[in-house]
Amino acid sequence: MTIHVVVNGRPRDLEVAPHALLLDVLRDALDLKGAKRSCDTQVCGACTVLVDGLAVSACTYLAVEADGRSVLTVEGLAEGDALHPLQRAFVEAGAVQCGFCTSGMLLTARAMLAENAKPTRDDVLHYLRGSLCRCTGYRKIVDAVLAAAETVR
Amino acid sequence: MLRSFTLHRPETAEEACARLADLGEDAAVYAGGTELLLLMKLGLLRPRHLVDVKRIGGFAEIGLTPEHGGRLRLGAAVTHRAVEHSALVRARCPLVSSVARHVANVRVRNVGTVGGNLAFADPHSDLATLFLTLDATVELLSPRGRRELSLGEFIRGPWETSRAPDELLGSIALTPWAADTAAAYVKFGVHERPTLAVAAALRLDGAAGAGRHGADRIVEARVAVGCVGPRPVRVAEAEAQLRNASLADLEDAARAASESAAARVDPADDLYGSADYKREMVAVFVRRALRIAAARARGAEPAARFPHAVVA
Repeated sequence: MTIHVVVNGRPRDLEVAPHALLLDVLRDALDLKGAKRSCDTQVCGACTVLVDGLAVSACTYLAVEADGRSVLTVEGLAEGDALHPLQRAFVEAGAVQCGFCTSGMLLTARAMLAENAKPTRDDVLHYLRGSLCRCTGYRKIVDAVLAAAETVR
Repeated sequence: MLRSFTLHRPETAEEACARLADLGEDAAVYAGGTELLLLMKLGLLRPRHLVDVKRIGGFAEIGLTPEHGGRLRLGAAVTHRAVEHSALVRARCPLVSSVARHVANVRVRNVGTVGGNLAFADPHSDLATLFLTLDATVELLSPRGRRELSLGEFIRGPWETSRAPDELLGSIALTPWAADTAAAYVKFGVHERPTLAVAAALRLDGAAGAGRHGADRIVEARVAVGCVGPRPVRVAEAEAQLRNASLADLEDAARAASESAAARVDPADDLYGSADYKREMVAVFVRRALRIAAARARGAEPAARFPHAVVA
């Protein structure tokens, strides 16, 4: 099936099988390796990408569902060499350790800020439920998201 | 990796039912895919055809049923996110909005659907437990016509429903609680899916012009417990024990109700805990849910925080 999808701002026409998962199309066909396959069951958040602004688990999302929609991966967050405020805040807060969860955390936080520009700490914890990090203990990630919210505002 | 399949995208329920009737066991109904695709990846289900129901007219709509008073109607392909953000749901069934906000995680809520959740009959479903207290009915469509079942009749056991292979779950209808009803939903668990969940609703005597916060007597109680046994259950014994109790002696009635609930559920020993432990926790959380509902009946929002629990 041919799908028309805008990936990180760039329109693409892609030939995909009905059973192709969005994660495989992004990683293998488009060489965008930021979204990771980890739990493969929508539990961990490492494969999170935004489809029309909404966070989805690309590991359990058919690529054909992205037809006519726009997909944002972590590769599309920065503007050229200028990091997105969330990325900068993650660096400054020390919210990145091994980095495996980071792309999902960034995109989930971006989706949240689009809905809620003034999140409380509880709002951030609620939205990031199901985004797992095995290094940081989450505190610095939440700090970074709150700091970025201040910057964006 | 998924095995290959043919994707069908009917635009009417008739067309979808005809496909299902033609394809029989080779077909699976597909909406958000949050349950189906997982089982397909594991090879537990191997359908050669997926019938996508998201394009069927009305399937993604939230509205009211035509009868007098209007029940809340959720199209089968309505997402958890849509339920969470619907002003109509918030107005008619506010606890449904709150619970929708806590289903799984944000990614699942964005694509997972109400119909898929119920039709999969995963025993750890938040919605099924809550919907039992709202006298939910489900609409099943097939080439033979339409039938309506109560949610209790529909969910037969773990991953098992009364839906025939050529039937399609079209919508779910909920009966909003009467005014003067206060409710709470509490779920507990350390894994991704809840170990147990309790929905409790208390309708208070609004007589003598006392108003919502002046009323003291429970005239109707609803208690459902889910996620802990093969299927969610309403606990009629607990509801009877709460009826006519006053909020002042809620503790005695709640204790009796919690013991009835613990006796009613049918837990198994598994990774979520031993059956005995789960029974004990059911009693604990039934009491907690009732205390929260009672506090809300008095117009207070208790600062209820329990480890590994979500209060909605």
